[in-house]
Amino acid sequence: MKLVLLWTDVLVWSLVIVLLLWSWVISRSPQIKQLWRTIFKSSVAMASSVVLLFYLFFTLLDSIHLRLALPHEAQQSQSVAYEVEMVSLLDLIFAHNIQHTERTYSAPFATVEYTSSIMVNKEGKTVQVNLPLKYVSSNDDFMDKSLVALIMGILLSSLLILLHIWWREKRRFTSACKEIWQGKSMLPWRTAYVTFMLLVITFTWLYILSYSYHVLGTDKVGGDVLYQSFKSIRTGVLIGILTTLIMLPVAIILGVSAGLFGGWIDDVIQYLYTTLSSIPGVLLIAAGVLSMQVMMDNHPTWFETTLERSDLRLLFLIIILGITSWTGLCRLLRAETLKISQMDFVTAAKAFGVSKLTIIRRHIVPNLMHIILISVVLDFSGLVLAEAVLSYVGVGVDPTMHSWGNMINQARLEMAREPMVWWSLFSAFVFMFILVLAANLFSDRIQKVLDPRNNT
Amino acid sequence: MSSILTVKDLSLNVGNQILLERISFEITHGEIFALVGESGSGKSLTSLAIMQLLPEAITVISGNICLKEKSLFALSESQMQKVRGKTIAMIFQEPMSALNPVMTVGAQVAEVLQIHLGLKKEVIKEKVFSLFREVALKDPETRYYWYPHQLSGGQKQRVMIAIALACEPDLLIADEPTTALDVTIQAQVLRLLKDICKQRELSILFITHDMAVVSEMADRIAVMKDGKIVEQAECKDFFINPQHPYTQRLLSDINGTKVFNAQKRENEALLKVENLKVHFPVKKGFFQRVVGVVKAVDDVSFSIGKGKTLALVGESGSGKTTIGKAILSLLDEAEGIVRFEDQNLIALDNKSLIPYRRKIQVIFQDPFAALNPRMTIVNIIREGMLSLGVGPKGRVAQDNYIEALLLKVDLEASHMHRYPHEFSGGQRQRIGIARALAVDPELIICDEPTSALDVSVRTQVLALLEKLQIESGVSYLFITHDLSIVPMIADEVAVMKEGKIVEQGLVADVMQTPKHPYTQRLLASAPKLMKEIP
Repeated sequence: MKLVLLWTDVLVWSLVIVLLLWSWVISRSPQIKQLWRTIFKSSVAMASSVVLLFYLFFTLLDSIHLRLALPHEAQQSQSVAYEVEMVSLLDLIFAHNIQHTERTYSAPFATVEYTSSIMVNKEGKTVQVNLPLKYVSSNDDFMDKSLVALIMGILLSSLLILLHIWWREKRRFTSACKEIWQGKSMLPWRTAYVTFMLLVITFTWLYILSYSYHVLGTDKVGGDVLYQSFKSIRTGVLIGILTTLIMLPVAIILGVSAGLFGGWIDDVIQYLYTTLSSIPGVLLIAAGVLSMQVMMDNHPTWFETTLERSDLRLLFLIIILGITSWTGLCRLLRAETLKISQMDFVTAAKAFGVSKLTIIRRHIVPNLMHIILISVVLDFSGLVLAEAVLSYVGVGVDPTMHSWGNMINQARLEMAREPMVWWSLFSAFVFMFILVLAANLFSDRIQKVLDPRNNT
Repeated sequence: MSSILTVKDLSLNVGNQILLERISFEITHGEIFALVGESGSGKSLTSLAIMQLLPEAITVISGNICLKEKSLFALSESQMQKVRGKTIAMIFQEPMSALNPVMTVGAQVAEVLQIHLGLKKEVIKEKVFSLFREVALKDPETRYYWYPHQLSGGQKQRVMIAIALACEPDLLIADEPTTALDVTIQAQVLRLLKDICKQRELSILFITHDMAVVSEMADRIAVMKDGKIVEQAECKDFFINPQHPYTQRLLSDINGTKVFNAQKRENEALLKVENLKVHFPVKKGFFQRVVGVVKAVDDVSFSIGKGKTLALVGESGSGKTTIGKAILSLLDEAEGIVRFEDQNLIALDNKSLIPYRRKIQVIFQDPFAALNPRMTIVNIIREGMLSLGVGPKGRVAQDNYIEALLLKVDLEASHMHRYPHEFSGGQRQRIGIARALAVDPELIICDEPTSALDVSVRTQVLALLEKLQIESGVSYLFITHDLSIVPMIADEVAVMKEGKIVEQGLVADVMQTPKHPYTQRLLASAPKLMKEIP
């Protein structure tokens, strides 16, 4: 077994480390801590951040890639040989779903195929029947399994919740439990725990039933839709987070320098983003993705596995999206910098002989922080949706990569069938909807707390 | 005389908080009734209640408002619509935001006439012209087609008055109508209001914070404090014999300590400004060609002695603030000589300026814009010390130094880790003063430090500045548009007009025997309290 780091894995894990470092910095400053406390005082923010963390958890699970060693009998030489494809931890969890590939479409919880096939039966007659599915048990134990899943979900989530309370409040464990139960704790932990419990129960229910059913049905080639939906989480979240990370420094540096220095610097930056934003975004992205595709086709030796190949394509897509989407934020930041640099406190700093760089760092960027944070969270949901649109158009992620956009793209033809195959689109929609809704609700709260115009 | 408006026992609440408590007053036909108070005392709320324009969150607890014996609370919204504009009209503080920027001013007046009187087009136009003539707007035929941005502040306020008068109301509510205007314009608008009141025999509810304006305008006065009317009297009695302690304090705050520093102590000059010119280039077109210059400051010379205060007086746009910035060496366009301790600051580059940055500091007008909202007080004050290397070095020692500084400007040392938004306007201004003092300057440029503050707070801040001057011998360049505070703070005064100094000299000389016609006009326009009028 060998751990493999893809490019996007490196970025995701370094982002996690940066986030942890940042929260450590925050925990040292009482004022910023207080600000985040205010954000989380709203139960909506608490619930949506739990949902976001849930999605992040699956992203991280899917970002640990392994190459399993081939079994001993298959090995020819002394050195350990590895399997051709790499798998992530999430793949291991859903291993049974990958193996249980059916022949073609089947509806959620169905026991037979969705389309009827023509067969010759025992009596020699030609009949049209819906063939039974290969990997679905025929005995009807739906209720029993659901009950087991429910109990397991409750037990698992309660255990985790109790562990978390114990970790936070070691000294006064029982009284803390009581406070949370009655909803009297400082932060709305009760809402968070209820959301968490619901998510865990839903997941265990889906997971346990996925052993004996195709919970969300199968696609055209018999692939399990539940597995695809979970795999798509990584693609969506990565595009949402990493694109903003690439866009941010460009937008901040260019926006602030345009606003503060003025003159020809301002002119150049303004011409740059005016030009860039007057070219249709889809056109730029399509051109970028296609030229990159040609390059990758010409160098097939670069990649050992198809996963590496599609991963690089994802990374390029993220970079291209980042390059094309900084203009909006840059424009906002330039205007705000212009305003702030005329404020008296900046004049006071100049009168103190404070250097330009320090003025930017200490006076301008902190006062832009609310705009940056708000636009990051807002852009996140926009980018998740953009991935779906781009994949639909055909210039998104690699077609072999699982993504909600690809699922929707396939569903385009399925919707036209009679009878309609709705579950692919439905699953992609629900998974994406929950993520985007949570992100939007969270950004609303952040906007409300951080925007200085709102707390007069 | 019959009463136009009666307010009886009016109380307003938002939630459990009392905003107005049992307000009662009466306005009779043809009189100017003034409602005076500091910000937050409930003046504007009262006027909104009369117009029935209160925000939803505010509930009327008790009381009644009667317009000619008809209760306004009993009217429906559509009936009230007719009362607004037709019987009661209103003019606001900010004429810029009260006029629609995309409509010609004539059309805006015509609109009101059409809605309320339903006249024919030609008749309306004639009526607008006559209204414009009445409010002394020159050239009504051409002004009719102008947009608000083409008019000056005073002219806009005249248009507002014309709109208010359009439907011949019985009561005019004027909510701080002259606060945003310069002194000379203010005097004209006030005179206009008074004339209209007399000619049309209408009543005016005049809301203001400025006692001097009241004493010139009002027939009767009510003083508000914390949602209550503390005193109500005839104008004459009011200024001669104020009853309530709050009123007495207010009046004494305004009169100030009028001790003219008549003798000119021969101090050496700390700062000498010679032939200072600031010409801003006007750039146009694709390649930013220079097509002209704006002479913001044009050939100005003055000097400030050690431990002295020079007041720089002028109306908005006269270039006062630009001079302040030029002395701080924040303008690249400045030409001439700014001599500070025998060193011409304008000739220095940024690096060699640093020792002088310590010696010249600044206090700003707007206490809300002057402090970085994302920094704690202690960090705001520390910034200059760090940048210029003044004061103790270690963090703890600096904290102690800042603590002492806060006590010096009458703030509590325990507040040092708070953020600016937790403080009131006056407190913020003290923080601004502490920030300037932190680097131990020899000259502080005070750019209208009191014009955003209430009268009583203003007096405190001025007293603080004076105390600091006596203690540390710092000099002030005091930039202001308010002539009334000049005698309280300054030793010398320079009057500016359109980038030039038209007159300068000792305060006593300039204030009592002004020589230049502009100074004479300024002094004549400034509203004065009853007491001084012989």
